[in-house]
Amino acid sequence: MDLNTRLQNVTVIGAAGKMGSGISLLLALEIAYRALEHKDRTYLLNLVDVNDGALLGLLRYLREQAVKDAEKQMSRIRRLYADREDLVENGEMIQAFADEVLQHVRTGKTMTLAQDSTLVFEAAFEKEELKVGIYKELAAICPRDMYILTNTSSIPLHVLADASGMLGRVIGYHFYNPPAVQKLLEVITPDVCDSELQQLAAELAKVLRKTVVPSNDIAGFIGNGHFMRDGLHGIREVERLAQEHGFVKAVFFVNKTSREWLLRPMGIFQLIDYVGVDVFQLILRVMEKYLNDGLHSPLIDRYLELGIKGGQTSSGTQKDGFLKYDKGAIVGIYDPEKQEYVMMDGTWNKEADTQLGAHPDPTLSWKSLQGDPHLDAKLRRYFGSFGANPTFGVQLATDYFRVTREASLRLVADGVAHSAEDVNKVLTLGFFHLYGPINDYLD
Amino acid sequence: MTHMPKPLYLAAGAYTMSLGTGRPEFNPRKARPGLEHYIQEVGRAVFDQIEDPDVIDEGVIGNFMAARFNKQGHLGSLMTIAHPSLEYKPMIRVEGACASGGLALATGIKSVLSGLADSVLVMGVEVQNTVKAVYGADILAGAGWFAGERKAGGTYFFPQKFSDRAGAFGQKYGVEKSRAAMAHWYATAIENARLNPLAQEHHNAVKDLVGLGLTPPDARTFCEHINLFHCSKVSDGAAAIVVCTKEGYKRLGLKRKDVVKIVGYGHAAANLTAPPPELTELTTSRKASGLARKMAKISAEDYGVIEVHDCFSITGMLSLEALELAGPGQSIDLVMAGENKRTGRFPTNTGGGLVGYGHPTGASGVRMAVDLWKQLTGKAGDFQIQLQKEHGVMISMGGNDKTVVSLVLKR
Repeated sequence: MDLNTRLQNVTVIGAAGKMGSGISLLLALEIAYRALEHKDRTYLLNLVDVNDGALLGLLRYLREQAVKDAEKQMSRIRRLYADREDLVENGEMIQAFADEVLQHVRTGKTMTLAQDSTLVFEAAFEKEELKVGIYKELAAICPRDMYILTNTSSIPLHVLADASGMLGRVIGYHFYNPPAVQKLLEVITPDVCDSELQQLAAELAKVLRKTVVPSNDIAGFIGNGHFMRDGLHGIREVERLAQEHGFVKAVFFVNKTSREWLLRPMGIFQLIDYVGVDVFQLILRVMEKYLNDGLHSPLIDRYLELGIKGGQTSSGTQKDGFLKYDKGAIVGIYDPEKQEYVMMDGTWNKEADTQLGAHPDPTLSWKSLQGDPHLDAKLRRYFGSFGANPTFGVQLATDYFRVTREASLRLVADGVAHSAEDVNKVLTLGFFHLYGPINDYLD
Repeated sequence: MTHMPKPLYLAAGAYTMSLGTGRPEFNPRKARPGLEHYIQEVGRAVFDQIEDPDVIDEGVIGNFMAARFNKQGHLGSLMTIAHPSLEYKPMIRVEGACASGGLALATGIKSVLSGLADSVLVMGVEVQNTVKAVYGADILAGAGWFAGERKAGGTYFFPQKFSDRAGAFGQKYGVEKSRAAMAHWYATAIENARLNPLAQEHHNAVKDLVGLGLTPPDARTFCEHINLFHCSKVSDGAAAIVVCTKEGYKRLGLKRKDVVKIVGYGHAAANLTAPPPELTELTTSRKASGLARKMAKISAEDYGVIEVHDCFSITGMLSLEALELAGPGQSIDLVMAGENKRTGRFPTNTGGGLVGYGHPTGASGVRMAVDLWKQLTGKAGDFQIQLQKEHGVMISMGGNDKTVVSLVLKR
């Protein structure tokens, strides 16, 4: 069965979650364009989620985004509606397109919506038993040739497929957040996987204009394989530095150097908060279960016991986690001893800044280097100056740099990634880093 | 009308900043002032120049599409908020697409000539940044023939119409040459705007303007023969000036040196449902400006300062040909020789024009009259030129050269 036929009846499970919404949007737009191009065919997109309120929110989101997409694709939209005499103005066509997108969408809480689908995207909560249960249910009601593309970011595919009796019919399709915007798609092909499914997955990635990085079927894959070790290093550094400097300052040092000294978009604790402390713990547990590699942090467990979770509100504002935020800016750091946030009010953080020493080149930042045509040369010069600049900040950044590089090299050595280039691609495309972790900048 | 039945003057001109992309004050995510703000601001600027506000007998306001951009009709009544003295005076709104400002001037002229008024406050206003460009294009497309043209038209209806003209012009006179001239037109517009603190492009600091103007057009994302730098801006703004008799300006407390004389007037409309007779010529503009020049009894060589409706670079160039400053296709050489620059033989759009100052559609015709008035009375401040001749001319054009008002003014 070709892709176009499969796209005539598609289901997204967990459609109203953060990743599910984005995947649903990508599919809803693609289906609407196809429906306008192939008027003789019927297209349906079934969006399944357990949360009614979130499903209503998803419909609103789809409409808003459909309008935005049509505004950007106006020439294409005008061509597609050339035969509709009742639609003359851009505005009329944009509204008609938004209606078109929603016309193909059915939402519901029951899995039976998926019964005619031959293509199912699964973006349910990252829990093995939950996913296996869903796959078993799908296998029972869907056509025999149904395929599952799962957004799991850590659970081995062969485990899910085997436990659900879906061997050969499941592939990993790991989008990055937000799926509609992020170019990276990590495709995880288990050892047993129908060749038709592999081809479909590749063809669909092209249609959705994603950059595919293949990853092997080892828990955590490339993205989390790197992120978890990167995060654990940050946490261990905090534990080490806390003995001398106190906990809050230690978080301050590590977060600041990992962002500003390493020229990353976020500090490591800001990133953990963004992903969610609970999600971080969950992925650690999944990975440790299969890899037995010391992927565990008592500090993370303690935070969750104290109810410190991070993550985002449904409107996308950052919730407090390791750090406290005000309109996106970091304003405080959580102290688990005192069980309260210590504000960065200048009483102690100025001194902490002095302790770190001057930034090696204050003119350079992640933001300032965006799209810089001389990026590589500038990074080379910047990291090259580390040796002659032995401040405390540079020391922390150097250690961080080396650890993250080691962890990345191990992903290649362990066969998670096919090449160093693939690891670098995941970090630059999926995490928006300016440079891949496998490099010779500090050699 | 081959002569002015009585001497008429323009006095006490003013315009607001042209707000839109390019101005540091502009933030698309924040609320912006509406029509009321612009009407009051420009009204204040005019009345500040007048001794006795009660001397103003009437008001005319030019506006194109407030009914859609701002969901506001009845602008004649709204115009009274420009000054308390206007309450219960005759106020009228006129519309002629992007020539609405030109029509407002024409209406003011007729009112004064009729003898019913000595001084008429003529205003133009448009607030367009209320919608995204893709919807603004729908609204502006109303300047074309909706029933016959819109459906087959492009996303950006008017850019496509003038891209067609630029394409035909290039085919006839050389694609590279015409694109180079269009790029120079852009560069000159920005250079002039840098001298005009109210211009939307006042802060444009691009070094290689000609290089930017030469950006190859991209039919996939915009138009086949023009790029975004060849376009005027999406703008909010207002302009106002007083049309008056000699008695009128005296009662306003002004002297002859403060005012300019209207010595030529031409107004022509062409069939909206018909395609232009010739893509490489602005036939209606030629007609209207010919009438104005004939009334003024001068030749094109006598123009010392010029305002043309450069909604696109190509329109500016074709307007110079319509004014008979250059023969067909020769606007290319005129622009390449820099004769349209402030120091050239025919200083054109000295305050930036539509590409540099901005294009609040209904205000543009009045803004042109104000810029001519500023230059001819020596009130142009940083963008004042050394006048070589004492006449100025303007072309206020609506739609695809369908409604045109041209005035010739004398120092």
